[in-house]
Amino acid sequence: MTTEPVTLRERPSGRMVDDFKPSLMVAGQHGLCAGCGEPIALRSVVEIIEELALVTRSVAVFGIGCYTAFSGNFDVEALQALHGRAPSLATGVKRAKPETIVFTVQGDGDMVNEGLQEVIHAAARGERITCVLLNNGVFGETGGHMTATTVLGQRTKNTLDGRDKDLHGFPILISNLLAQLEGAVYVARGAVNSAGNVARTRRMLKRAFELQAAGAGFTFVEILTMCPTGWFIETGEAPDYLDEHLAAVHTIGVVKDTADPG
Amino acid sequence: MTRRLVEGSEAIAEAMVAAGCRFFSGYPMTPFTEVLEHMARLLPDVGGVCMNAESELEAVGMAWGAASTGTRSATGSVGQGLSLMQESLSEICHARLPLVVLNMARGQGDYYQATRGGGHGDYRHIVLAPSDIPEAVRLAQLAFDLADRWRNPVMFLGDYYLAHVQEAVEISPLEFPPLPAKDWGLDGSSGGTGAARMISPIARNKRGDPEYIDHGAHLGLIADAVRAMAEGVEPLAEVIGADDAELIVVAYGTPGRYVRFVVEELRREGLPVGMVRPITLWPFPTELIESLATGDRAFAVYELNTGQMFDDVRLAVLGRCPVEFIGGMSFDQSGFGIAPDLGVEPLRDRIRGTLDNARKERV
Amino acid sequence: MSSKVRTDHVLTRGTVIIDVEACKGCDLCIDACKPGVLTMTELLRNERGYRFPELEAGCTACRACAQICPDFVFQVWKFDEPVEMMRGPVPSSRSGERATA
Repeated sequence: MTTEPVTLRERPSGRMVDDFKPSLMVAGQHGLCAGCGEPIALRSVVEIIEELALVTRSVAVFGIGCYTAFSGNFDVEALQALHGRAPSLATGVKRAKPETIVFTVQGDGDMVNEGLQEVIHAAARGERITCVLLNNGVFGETGGHMTATTVLGQRTKNTLDGRDKDLHGFPILISNLLAQLEGAVYVARGAVNSAGNVARTRRMLKRAFELQAAGAGFTFVEILTMCPTGWFIETGEAPDYLDEHLAAVHTIGVVKDTADPG
Repeated sequence: MTRRLVEGSEAIAEAMVAAGCRFFSGYPMTPFTEVLEHMARLLPDVGGVCMNAESELEAVGMAWGAASTGTRSATGSVGQGLSLMQESLSEICHARLPLVVLNMARGQGDYYQATRGGGHGDYRHIVLAPSDIPEAVRLAQLAFDLADRWRNPVMFLGDYYLAHVQEAVEISPLEFPPLPAKDWGLDGSSGGTGAARMISPIARNKRGDPEYIDHGAHLGLIADAVRAMAEGVEPLAEVIGADDAELIVVAYGTPGRYVRFVVEELRREGLPVGMVRPITLWPFPTELIESLATGDRAFAVYELNTGQMFDDVRLAVLGRCPVEFIGGMSFDQSGFGIAPDLGVEPLRDRIRGTLDNARKERV
Repeated sequence: MSSKVRTDHVLTRGTVIIDVEACKGCDLCIDACKPGVLTMTELLRNERGYRFPELEAGCTACRACAQICPDFVFQVWKFDEPVEMMRGPVPSSRSGERATA
């Protein structure tokens, strides 16, 4: 799978520093849209698991959304849950096998709409799992509809004039909500709309998984992802759109780190 | 082991632990609550886990996750709580996972829910219906064996009486034939090998797997598994006086216990009545009833609902003999399934009356 | 960062292999590339009809392209020693065959 560079006229010697895809991803090809942020986020997740040498202890619990295709595309043990239900399944796995590293992969529609109760309870219990939220502010798989995290003014398939506070109410800032629960020890919000943000998000994932491995409590990483299809924009415009609309409300940064007094 | 006077809920909990159940999750609801209380007390002592789930939906989810690790797991509720769990229960069947599910039911109105399933798609649960506590202790253990053997949920259909009556029982582990190892159980260890395990209701295997099959083929394999279960699980029933009975009464669960008592009493008085008490409600003892539906015989179905098992009896009889419904809903003010009409005298009258009618119609 | 003084050569620390057929033309790599050495083709398309990135000299092997790409198009190589490379397109960057499964 890894190939040598085609010979240059004067080929300098060197080494590969980043392969096409992480070794824990079975196939690089997928059916997600051009410019979708989810594969970017998922790449970071598996690379961190590999970096922390957790792959033979890990169980991934997938929700239902565009990213569901990756439950069959990770060379990591996977349990496929129903829409919104990954946190309770993850709880069962972790309680039955406490030595495993258990994480969920869920979208905002899955976690903050259908499954809001589940993630709140898991966080309150301090369940020693890591929930990973891929937040693009829409139900991507069904075609781009409003979720509980859609920001005011955001145009979606069923809020064509933009989310209106009088008709549709306000978005839920899930990281901030969960951070209020004592059982949640690390809550962070990253994004994948720039290489810098990808690097920041990787550090958040690393911290979250390290804390789980140390048995500290519930850890949570929200990752803002681009969805040009759901946002009705060109792929190249999506990174700015994310900054101007989603990240303006769901602000990027570490929301809570009880292990870090600073 | 000695016999002791034990309340049904406690006996069932002890039987589950004796069968190796090491994960239980539940939400309090009458008359299921006491089972949860007992499991919360018993499981930590054997290194198991009992989760006080924040909702029925989360209870079945946690049990699903625990079951996927290969741990013997159970959950439960009453019919109303099981209604909440239906999507998950059907998907657990599609994911081919063992799970024991208790319905400590309020009455017998959950027969359809248990035997047809209230979830979506084609699937079946094996359903066991005890009529007294010693039988409940045996069936609770059988449930775990069947669940593992067929990689499918098994429903244990109890009720308020079973939960709250006390009987003298001996609770000791039953022996079963050996089971294959649960090498499909998740524990992380196959990660990074190129063949990481996956448990999913919507897919059989991962991309790149040489035996990869698509979603349609996956559903076909589940259908095959259901068929294999229907043919391979031995239907259980208690039969009394089938050889000479002119009227066979069919009943299950606690009402079945009353029917047994009345039928035996009437037989001692010389009346040609008999009983079939299905113990597996799925697979239903269809062939047994079919074989009894001969000649001038009549059937009566007694259940405390508006007529649910009645359908299955009629399907088995298939018009060869008359089938009359002699049951009906019976609830006191509590709504918890305490049936004021459940009694020996009313049952005697109904059965005698049905026998007389059957004889008149024959003449 | 590459020198602001324009010369015929630019210090190049690495290169990328571009899996042209995997690309879906989303443009994310273009802005992500810090030295700005990736340019999307205009008329040239891959077999699925998408434009794709082409590399010119000056790559720093920072891996931003690989990290930001949703379609796993890039394989990044770092040279043992940086080289002064002739400005302009790097012909070795195009890969004629799919490099992923």
